[in-house]
Amino acid sequence: MNNGWQKRHLLGIQGLSATEIEQILTTAASMKEVSQRPIKKVPTLRGKTVVNLFFEPSTRTRTSFEIAAKRLSADTINLTANTSSLTKGETLVDTARTLEAMAPDVIVVRHSVSGVPHLLARWVRCSVVNAGDGMNEHPTQALLDLMTVKERKGKIQGLKIAIVGDVAHSRVARSNIWGFTKMGASVRVAGPRTMLPLEIERLGVEAFDRVESAIEGVDIIMMLRLQLERQDGAYFPSTREYARFFGLDLQKLRQARPDVMIMHPGPIHRGIEIATEVADGPYSVILEQVANGVAIRMALLYLLLGQGNEDTNP
Amino acid sequence: MKIRILNGKLIDPGSSHEGEFDLLIENGKIAAIERQGAIPKQEGETIDAKGLAIFPGFVDLHTHLREPGEEYKETVQTGCNAAVAGGFTTICCMANTHPVNDHGAITEYILGKAREANGVHVYPIGAVSKGLQGEELAEIAEMREVGAVAISDDGRPLMNGNLTRRAMEYARNFDLPMISHCEDKNLSSEGVMHEGYWSTRLGLPAIPSASEEIMVARDILLAELTGAHLHIAHVSTKGSVDLIRRAKERGIRISAEVTPHHLILTEEALQDYDTNAKVNPPLRSEKDRQALWQGLKEGVIDCIATDHAPHDINSKNVDICQAAFGMIGLETAFSLSLRLVESGTLSLSELIEKMTIQPAKLLGLPAGTLSMGSPADLTLVDGSRTFRYYASLGGSKSHNSPFDQCEFKGKVVMTLIAGQVVYTEKKDDKKD
Repeated sequence: MNNGWQKRHLLGIQGLSATEIEQILTTAASMKEVSQRPIKKVPTLRGKTVVNLFFEPSTRTRTSFEIAAKRLSADTINLTANTSSLTKGETLVDTARTLEAMAPDVIVVRHSVSGVPHLLARWVRCSVVNAGDGMNEHPTQALLDLMTVKERKGKIQGLKIAIVGDVAHSRVARSNIWGFTKMGASVRVAGPRTMLPLEIERLGVEAFDRVESAIEGVDIIMMLRLQLERQDGAYFPSTREYARFFGLDLQKLRQARPDVMIMHPGPIHRGIEIATEVADGPYSVILEQVANGVAIRMALLYLLLGQGNEDTNP
Repeated sequence: MKIRILNGKLIDPGSSHEGEFDLLIENGKIAAIERQGAIPKQEGETIDAKGLAIFPGFVDLHTHLREPGEEYKETVQTGCNAAVAGGFTTICCMANTHPVNDHGAITEYILGKAREANGVHVYPIGAVSKGLQGEELAEIAEMREVGAVAISDDGRPLMNGNLTRRAMEYARNFDLPMISHCEDKNLSSEGVMHEGYWSTRLGLPAIPSASEEIMVARDILLAELTGAHLHIAHVSTKGSVDLIRRAKERGIRISAEVTPHHLILTEEALQDYDTNAKVNPPLRSEKDRQALWQGLKEGVIDCIATDHAPHDINSKNVDICQAAFGMIGLETAFSLSLRLVESGTLSLSELIEKMTIQPAKLLGLPAGTLSMGSPADLTLVDGSRTFRYYASLGGSKSHNSPFDQCEFKGKVVMTLIAGQVVYTEKKDDKKD
C-alpha cells in the first residue's frame, strides 16, 4: 500500500501545499471513525515506534500524540527532557543521536526554541514531527483547527477568521495564519501592538488594534492563550486590563455575527482571554478541537509511516 | 636578499600607484617601484605576477583572536594563518579574551604570541572597562604604552553613558580612538536576529534597528561633548548610516566600518535557522544592505573590517537561541567585498583603499601602503579566478561560516610580509 504521501517530516504548515493539507484532512476524517468504535484500535502501525520528545511541559499535545499512536498500534515512548539535561552536558544533537541509535520511526518533538525540529531533522534518519517549536509553528494544532472549521462550516475557502491575542509569541497563530491563508480563508489578527510582530501584514493578514473591529463580520474567532509571564516584559500592564480590553466577553461578542464560531487552542484562562460564558457558550468548539486533534495526529502518523507498509487501510 | 615581483598590476591607493609596475624588495623593504621592465635582472628570487593584482597587505580593524582563554576556537597563531590566507598582513584584535585584555600584561601576552606567529602585525585593542563589566575604566594608558592602538568593549556594549563619556575623555588624553559596539541591551533583549519580516515569519526573538541607532546617536553626542575620536564598529542599519553622515557633516571626529557579511547577506540568511548566520549586530534587511553600499561608496563608512569571530562547532551546533553570535571572515573578506566592484558600486582601487590605507590611517598604523622603504607587506590576487570556499580547509581553527562551499570570484594567491612569502595557495585549491 502506498498512501501517496511524499514528505518525510512535518516541520511546519509553511512547507505544505494546499493539496497536502487537503490530503491530511481527508485522511483524518476517516481516522475519526476509529475513535468512535467500541474497540478503538487498528493494526496499521504495528511494530512502529513513536518517541515523544518533549522539552517543554505539555499534557494535551503529548497525550493526544500518544493516544493517536496507540490507536494505530504503534509503540510509544515518552521522554520529558527538561532543559536540565543540557546542564548535565548532553546537547540536543547528542540526545537526538542517542535516540536515533534506538531506531525509532518517528520523533515527535516540542521545544521552547524555534527551529529545533529543523535541527533534529538534519541529524536523524527517522521522521520528525513538530509538536510546537518556540514561537514558530505548531502544525498539528493548525491542522486540527482546519479540520474543525471544515466539519462545522463545510468549507474553508472564502471564510473570514480573526486570531486574537499574543500573536507575536504564538506558534499556534503562525501555523494557523499559514494554514488558513493557504486554504483560501482571509485572516485578521488583533491584539495589543506590543504583541503584534513587525510586518505581520506581509504574511498575508490584516492587523487590527481593537478586538471589537477585528471580530466584526468574521465567521470564526480564535482566541490565543495569554502567557502570564509576558506581563514582566512590559507587553501588557495587568491581566485585569488585558481581560477588559482584549479578552472575549459577551459584550464584545455582540459585534460578531450571530453564527460566529469560537476556538481556542487551550488550555484556557477563564476570565482572562476568554470569559467563561463565552468558552462554555453555544458557539464554542473548544472540545471538538481536542477530539479532532487525535484524528489529525493519527492521520499524520499514518501518512508518514504508512508508506510501503503491508498492512491494510484502517 | 632581493626579490623582484614582475608583470603584475599594482594597485596601491595609499601611494597613488595604479597600473603595471614591477617591484624590487631588498631586505624586506620596498626598494623600487618601476615601470614594467625597468628593474634590471639581478641575483635573488623572481616572482612572476603575470595576470595577478598586487595590493598592499590588507588591514583589519576588527578581529577576534580568542587567545588567551578560548584557544580551542582560535589562537593568535591560527588567526594569523587565516589572516594571510585572506591577504591580511595587519590585524587589530578585540579585548574580549579570558582574561580580558584590560591591562598591560595581557596586551603584552598577546603581542608575545604574535611575535611567535607568522609575521602578521597584530595590534591589540584594549578594553574600555575592567573585565568588560562596564563599571570601572580599564588601565588604558598602560595598555597604550605596551602597544594597544584603540579601546573597545566590543561584544559587551557600554550601557552606562557616564562611563562612556569618561572613557572618551580619557582616551582622547592618550590619543586613542574609542571603538564603539553600539547596542542597547534592553532593546536587544534576548534577540537573535534582525527584527522585521523574517523574524516575524520564523518566530524568533529579534533585535530592532533602533537598538543600534540609539547608541550610535548617544555616542555621536558624547564624541561631540568630549572631542574624542569615535569609531563605530560594524555599522548595520540605514539609520546608523544616516546618523554618521550627519555627524560628519557637523565636523564631529567620527569614523565607521562595515563588515563584508553585512554588505552581502540579509536577514533572509537565517531562513533555515542557520546558526552560522547568527551574528551581532544581526544581518539586516535589504533596505539596510543597500544603505551600507551607499554609505561605503560615499565615504560615510570609511572602511571594511571583518569582525572575524571564530566559534567551535559545539558553540554553533545547538538551538539558535543558545548558539554563539559571530562568523569567521578573514578568508572570505576580499572575495565577498569584490562583489561591490563587480556590481560597479566601487572601483577596484576604491575597494582596496577601504581595505588598506583607510583603516591604517584611522588607527595611525604604519601599514596599508607600499612606498619606498616601507615593509614589503603585500598580497597577490587573481581577480578573475572562481573557486569554491571550504571553511574547513582554511587557516582558522574554527569553521563557522555561512559561506562554506560557496562559489567565489577573486582569490588570494600569495601573501608576503617583510618580503617573506608567508602564504601561497594550496595546490588542491586550483582544482575547482
